[in-house]
Amino acid sequence: MIRVVLPTHLRTLAGIQGEVKLEVPGPVTQASVLDSLEAMHPVLRGRIREGAKRRPFVRFFGCEQDLSHEPPDAPLPDPIAAGAEPFMIVGAIAGG
Amino acid sequence: MSRVRVLVGTRKGAFVLTSDGKRERWDVSGPHFAGWEIYHVKASPVEPDRLYASQSSGWFGQVIQRSDDGGGTWEAVGSEFAYDGTPGTHQWYDGTQHPWEFARVWHLEPSLADPDTVYAGVEDAALFRTVDGGKTWKELPGLRNHTSGPSWHPGAGGMCLHTILLDPSQPDRIFTAISAAGAFRSDDGGETWRPINHGLHSEGIPDPYAEVGHCVHRIAMHPSRPGVLFMQKHWDVMRSDDAGESWAEVSGNLPSDFGFPVDIHAHEPETIYVVPIKSDSYHFPPDGKLRVYRSRTGGNEWEALTNGLPQSDCYVNVLRNAMAVDSLDSCGVYFGTTGGQVYASVDAGDTWGPIVRDLPAVLSVEVQTLP
Repeated sequence: MIRVVLPTHLRTLAGIQGEVKLEVPGPVTQASVLDSLEAMHPVLRGRIREGAKRRPFVRFFGCEQDLSHEPPDAPLPDPIAAGAEPFMIVGAIAGG
Repeated sequence: MSRVRVLVGTRKGAFVLTSDGKRERWDVSGPHFAGWEIYHVKASPVEPDRLYASQSSGWFGQVIQRSDDGGGTWEAVGSEFAYDGTPGTHQWYDGTQHPWEFARVWHLEPSLADPDTVYAGVEDAALFRTVDGGKTWKELPGLRNHTSGPSWHPGAGGMCLHTILLDPSQPDRIFTAISAAGAFRSDDGGETWRPINHGLHSEGIPDPYAEVGHCVHRIAMHPSRPGVLFMQKHWDVMRSDDAGESWAEVSGNLPSDFGFPVDIHAHEPETIYVVPIKSDSYHFPPDGKLRVYRSRTGGNEWEALTNGLPQSDCYVNVLRNAMAVDSLDSCGVYFGTTGGQVYASVDAGDTWGPIVRDLPAVLSVEVQTLP
């Protein structure tokens, strides 16, 4: 199970409480995690990425690293793939 | 007894204000979509409990919400606004060409006949339509592809299509207004468009009488007389008696003819309302006095309406989508401010009072008169 933490506004939009737990088939990457997340919660399509491109004010963190600029198809760190650590989708610190 | 429902969009959520026909006591529901910008909420005129809301965020983009119970519950519907074909470019602030990029939906205009059909005016300026209740949206590209498109440029608030008027007497006639391109009209259901800016004069553009490039802030039409239009431009209040073919200035004795909203009395098509703002660089009322101005003569002769409005130390703005009227016998007039107040007058503007005082900055106000 992959654990995903969403920002408050997206949890509210999708009616989610707490973490999301996902089955991700195949390699665990940003793209495959987001594919599974959007399949489970279609209202999130377009909110985190537009097409394959991350929205400018959305960040991906995990294992105390900024994964935002990693290629979408690069494997995520093992603790995320193993479900030990969450994949965190974060609204960037911007604006007031 | 009739009821009134006021739909308020703010910088941090939507609010639904309801009252009976006396309009003395108000129930406030909200914030709906707390934390998101709600540029516009509007109801279907043929199915009044069907509401559409534009919910957007600089972080997470555009969502369209729909309610089928008058705002009690909401459902996120379609959110994909893809320009038709390769979108091309328009003029940017520095004069260079800039690609058309979707930012948000400014205005939702439900069809006069079908609750599932809605027009959406977006930034960067274009017109979209849904015919399935908001699930899918398709551009009507004839407007954006007008030959003048590459010369359109954004105003300070972005290059937005903010006004959509549907002519009740001619179903294929649509008016739109874009900052800063001007007003446009289609007579074939949105397939083809032409600018209708003859008579506008704007000092801030290279050719003050240009066919396009004017920063039109808002247009209003009375449903009983759709060929007569009133316009609040960046500067100047204008009037057209021939469906936009020509315009004449009716600013008359206004203390400032800069402003954003303009609206029309529900039962008196020659009674119009504006809110003068000191200037484009101040964006607050002259002399710190919040005054609605009413003309009972279709313009030129204006009276200040001040009773119940703050007449000192008031420095709020009233944005273009933030004024509306109800259609009760004694016409109610409503407007929201960037300070979060929603003011109402139940006597056509003679006296005013706040319905709510401390909302987030108000972006839009729409009013429904319900049986």
